[in-house]
Amino acid sequence: MTLTVIIASLAVFSWKMLGYLIPQKWITDGIRAFSERVTVVLLTALVAVQTLVTGNQVEFDARVPALGVAAILFALRVPYIVVVITAAGTAAGLRLLGF
Amino acid sequence: MKRVLSTSISVGLATGLYGISFGALAAVAGLDLLSIMLLSILMFSGGSQFAFIGVLAGGGAPISAITSSWLLGVRNGFYAMRLNSVLSPRGLMKVIAAQLSIDESNGVSAAQSDLKSQRYGFWATGIAVFVFWNLATLLGALAGDFLGSAETWGLDAAAAAAFLGLVWPKLKDNKVLALAAALVAVVCSLFLPAGVPVLLTVLVALVPGRSK
Repeated sequence: MTLTVIIASLAVFSWKMLGYLIPQKWITDGIRAFSERVTVVLLTALVAVQTLVTGNQVEFDARVPALGVAAILFALRVPYIVVVITAAGTAAGLRLLGF
Repeated sequence: MKRVLSTSISVGLATGLYGISFGALAAVAGLDLLSIMLLSILMFSGGSQFAFIGVLAGGGAPISAITSSWLLGVRNGFYAMRLNSVLSPRGLMKVIAAQLSIDESNGVSAAQSDLKSQRYGFWATGIAVFVFWNLATLLGALAGDFLGSAETWGLDAAAAAAFLGLVWPKLKDNKVLALAAALVAVVCSLFLPAGVPVLLTVLVALVPGRSK
């Protein structure tokens, strides 16, 4: 596990270092737009999988209403950490009630 | 400078609170304390760290975890390019600046009007976040050992909400793209091993199209 962590960390660091090493003129608008899109698709995919998937199945459980609550709070500009804790509390509470 | 410093410390504290949940989630996902701390010290990029433990907790292979965190780290490279022109660091300072180039440090730096404040904002925020993030990770990891299952405490939902918060400001301009990515990831999850569906959504990003 420790080796996996070190390899992954070096991989993440490679982007950070690259930014300080490559000449500015190489960065085209196309590359900039693609990296923006990569960030959006990866994060959204993580949200979807983390909310709906268990193993190889789609499951609607306490995670779904919890994410709904989180979305509403983000829309209301509630601070990040408060939203995350509320989402956890919603899922935990629903499970306690047997949902 | 005093105002910049106060912003930096506030950002560091807020990020630290979030670091507690990272440490706890990582511990509940089954990672040992050394690995958890190495993630926060060496990887030091929230989105990548959550992706790494998310893939592993979902039963994904190490290579999927590595690739997911690597791809999510790409935006740091763009912050680094901006920061390189602001800081112009040399030698070892270049490496330290690179490691501290994350959402928060670049964000505070970019919000300042003059070059001196931009530099100060970067270093103060980078160091504050690094310190609080690692202290919080340690605290969360130690607490996580006593938590038992992630589901009981809703930590799985917390992780989903954490990712949602990161992508939220970008959703408005990328609705179709986000919806397509979510659909591809969920459908592929029905027949592909954990971790792979998320990576496959990079193909969705390749499809050229208007955002919005």
